Amino acid sequence: MNVLLIFSVLVLIAIALWQITKIFELSQEKKVSTQVANDKDNDLNGKLMFAFLIFIYVLTLYSFWAYSDVLLPEAASEHGGDYDQLMWISFALIFFVQTVTQALLHYFSYKYRGEKGKKALFYADNDKLEMIWTIIPVITLAGLILYGLYTWTDIMTVEENDEALVVELYAQQFNWKARYAGNDGVLGDANVRFLQDFDGKNLVGIDATDPNGFDDVVVQELHLPVGREVIFKMRSQDVLHSAYMPHFRAQMNCVPGMITEFAFTPKTTTEEMRLNPEMIAKVKKINKIRSEKSKELVASGDTALDPYEFDYLLLCNKICGASHYNMQMKIIVESEKEYEKWIAEQQTFAEVIQ
Amino acid sequence: MSTEAAQVHEEDHGHHHKETFVTKYIFSQDHKMISKQYLITGLFMGIIGIAMSLLFRLQLAWPEQPFGIFEVLLGKWAPDGVMDPNVYLALVTIHGTIMVFFVLTAGLSGTFSNLLIPLQIGARDMASGLLNMISYWMFFVSSVVMVISLFVEAGPAAAGWTIYPPLSALPQAQPGSGTGMTLWLVSMAIFIASSLLGSLNYIVTVINLRTKGMSMTRLPLTIWAFFVTAIIGVVSFPVLLSAALLLIMDRSFGTSFFLSDIFIQGEVLHYQGGSPVLYEHLFWFLGHPEVYIVLLPALGITSEIIATNARKPIFGYRAMVASILAIAFLSTIVWGHHMFISGMNPFLGSVFTFTTLLIAIPSAVKAFNYITTLWKGNLQLNPAMLFSIGLVSTFITGGLTGIILGDSTLDINVHDTYFVVAHFHLVMGISALYGLFAGVYHWFPKMFGRMMNKNLGYLHFWVTAVCAYGVFFPMHFIGMAGLPRRYYTNTAFPYFDDLADINVLITVFALVAGAAQLVFLYNFIHSMFYGKEAEMNPWKSNTLEWTAPVEHMHGNWPGEIPHVHRWAYDYSKPGFEEDFIPQHIPLKEGEEELQH
Repeated sequence: MNVLLIFSVLVLIAIALWQITKIFELSQEKKVSTQVANDKDNDLNGKLMFAFLIFIYVLTLYSFWAYSDVLLPEAASEHGGDYDQLMWISFALIFFVQTVTQALLHYFSYKYRGEKGKKALFYADNDKLEMIWTIIPVITLAGLILYGLYTWTDIMTVEENDEALVVELYAQQFNWKARYAGNDGVLGDANVRFLQDFDGKNLVGIDATDPNGFDDVVVQELHLPVGREVIFKMRSQDVLHSAYMPHFRAQMNCVPGMITEFAFTPKTTTEEMRLNPEMIAKVKKINKIRSEKSKELVASGDTALDPYEFDYLLLCNKICGASHYNMQMKIIVESEKEYEKWIAEQQTFAEVIQ
Repeated sequence: MSTEAAQVHEEDHGHHHKETFVTKYIFSQDHKMISKQYLITGLFMGIIGIAMSLLFRLQLAWPEQPFGIFEVLLGKWAPDGVMDPNVYLALVTIHGTIMVFFVLTAGLSGTFSNLLIPLQIGARDMASGLLNMISYWMFFVSSVVMVISLFVEAGPAAAGWTIYPPLSALPQAQPGSGTGMTLWLVSMAIFIASSLLGSLNYIVTVINLRTKGMSMTRLPLTIWAFFVTAIIGVVSFPVLLSAALLLIMDRSFGTSFFLSDIFIQGEVLHYQGGSPVLYEHLFWFLGHPEVYIVLLPALGITSEIIATNARKPIFGYRAMVASILAIAFLSTIVWGHHMFISGMNPFLGSVFTFTTLLIAIPSAVKAFNYITTLWKGNLQLNPAMLFSIGLVSTFITGGLTGIILGDSTLDINVHDTYFVVAHFHLVMGISALYGLFAGVYHWFPKMFGRMMNKNLGYLHFWVTAVCAYGVFFPMHFIGMAGLPRRYYTNTAFPYFDDLADINVLITVFALVAGAAQLVFLYNFIHSMFYGKEAEMNPWKSNTLEWTAPVEHMHGNWPGEIPHVHRWAYDYSKPGFEEDFIPQHIPLKEGEEELQH
């Protein structure tokens, strides 16, 4: 019924527009419109072009004013600071270019709006000018590239070392598991063909003939000790997934048939992040939205939503099927002591398969 | 280059001959009719593509609300009016596929290359009318197959327009990866063949059939753009075809090109040794040039329309040609920037960052040249001109965020988020689409012998322009906040609850933008039959298509094809009363041709 109504309204609007156009044309003086822009059209649209420039600027300023608080807080990893700095420099650059070029484009569209009798300037080229605005971008971009590549090499070079914590992130349709390497610091061999061993208790397919695997710990909650490098080894059970941890400025695809890796050092515990003023404001805003939602739910007989407390996010970021939007695993960054206590309570692979 | 030997037609003049309805309107070999066929089919597919986007935008803005329209249009895929998550993914997949290939490649290149190449270079028709007709009909068939795929029981392809395996290879991974995916692959294989046939025709025609005096350096920039685009197409589309064929083999013949070590739906699959990353390389080897196949024709059209309407030469013709060539070459060596975090060796990431930031330079040069063309012009702000100026604006905004995404480091945290979605929509979905609109408004008199209504054109432009920025500017913030794309809803993570308002704003702008396109459609259809009859050269343009009679004839010109004596941009040349000198007008006594 709604659809019929909407459709009828649209058809009627179309007819109205048609008739209005016809009436307008009939009401014009003998001179029938050529449908080519005349001085009046140029004047109006030239002014609208300038107004559009203002619109672009206002939209930009408004967006920053209204939406800055949804942006990610300070990076929670050590390389994250480098990342954010590169981001700010890049943004400063592109905003400068944006501001200047949009101004010139729209201002010229206004200033040189056509008038009968005016003549344009026959100005076909200027090699010097072309050289200038080719060389300057080259130099600027070269600088940006070098800076970026230096940071990239820094982040992506993962050197095996004894201090790092090695954790496997195991992705599947539609959840995550994490496997710690245990005291030997080495992950046991694993492959999907071992998944069916041990009556389904072998959650990530560890090869039971590899002794390195016996002390591995498989969990569904990721705990990371602050200040210690963690090297993630990613695997996928079925299709492409991606481990995206935005607060740590970290992302890497999980590819079936391949082990991919990404490393970072968390520098802010979950507790510390919860106390970050930006985060407090954000959580407050979220809880306000949730309590309004809860009122609606309670009114219709459902249970209210639990209040939200910040936790680091692990998001799947490569389309993987129906529940791509809902692959959840908690990440907790805590002190070394709390981490040791927690991992000691977990079962090793050897204990699980007994 | 002499064109005498290359004349293939028996009669060296245009003619009318006895045609049936079928040979004139359906199986036509005339490039002008074929261009209209491409346009109509492209617009029809565009309506479907936009409708799909409005459906999934409704879902994103109001995630748990039932909608009557879902029940009506999606039937079993929206039980009780709530959209099913699988069909959400199908909608974004088919939306992307239709818009990139069917609207912005075939609809843009197919329409304007066909219309303008013979007319602007001074040829009777394309080198092969038969191949041209076949290429259109293959495009039509591929469109039909794609639409049919929407109606299969398990749903159409739903692995994203990029259809990465294993998701796209395994029906067990997702319902759309069954018959829907098969039909998608069939449709695309036919589409690619159509595109290759068209491209070969364009290349051969431009090289061989230019009229006397039409040297390469006198070619309008539209022709340079279409010519180079066709070359890129010929180089890159076959690689997508190979990826599609290998995927078909993995799906149906048990091979392991892209698959290895998979456990799904309770069983270990037999595949060994393949890699999804191989698919990504093959896909993006086309995928990146593809976006330039989409963009370059729009840029060529913009050059033409801005020069004509500014009554000034396009600034820096040589630089414009050089930048088209540079963009084309560089576009083939940047594909890895779609794969920075694919698991490929990070060293490759460094290489691709370098080449990607290089491609920003010719793009910047083009933008500066457009702006300089406006300076001290006498701007005729026709709707086509507004869309061309709008294209430059959104090309700059979207292109600049490409600098962020092209930097491998920065890509780490924005890859596959709404930041990427905002970027590519601004450069493709808006910029290139504006090129399509500009082209339609400008060449409508040539295609249909009538003028479109300019006031409706103004209304269409201004509403679209405001909504375009309204939809995609705020979207950057959602991406920077960490929200991934292709998420059916954001409500699974309370962390994203504060993005709900922005999503609603985006959807509202999108709905208004969708409505504004109805104004265009109405104007297009109404003007086709009732538009003011056009004169031969309503925009007072220099290029050869405006010397052909308004009523179409095979062979384009009734007598001899005009000979060309100058480049296409003698607008407001000093020493002449008129502010334009068409290309076929001989140099007057003492006049020098501009050396460029």
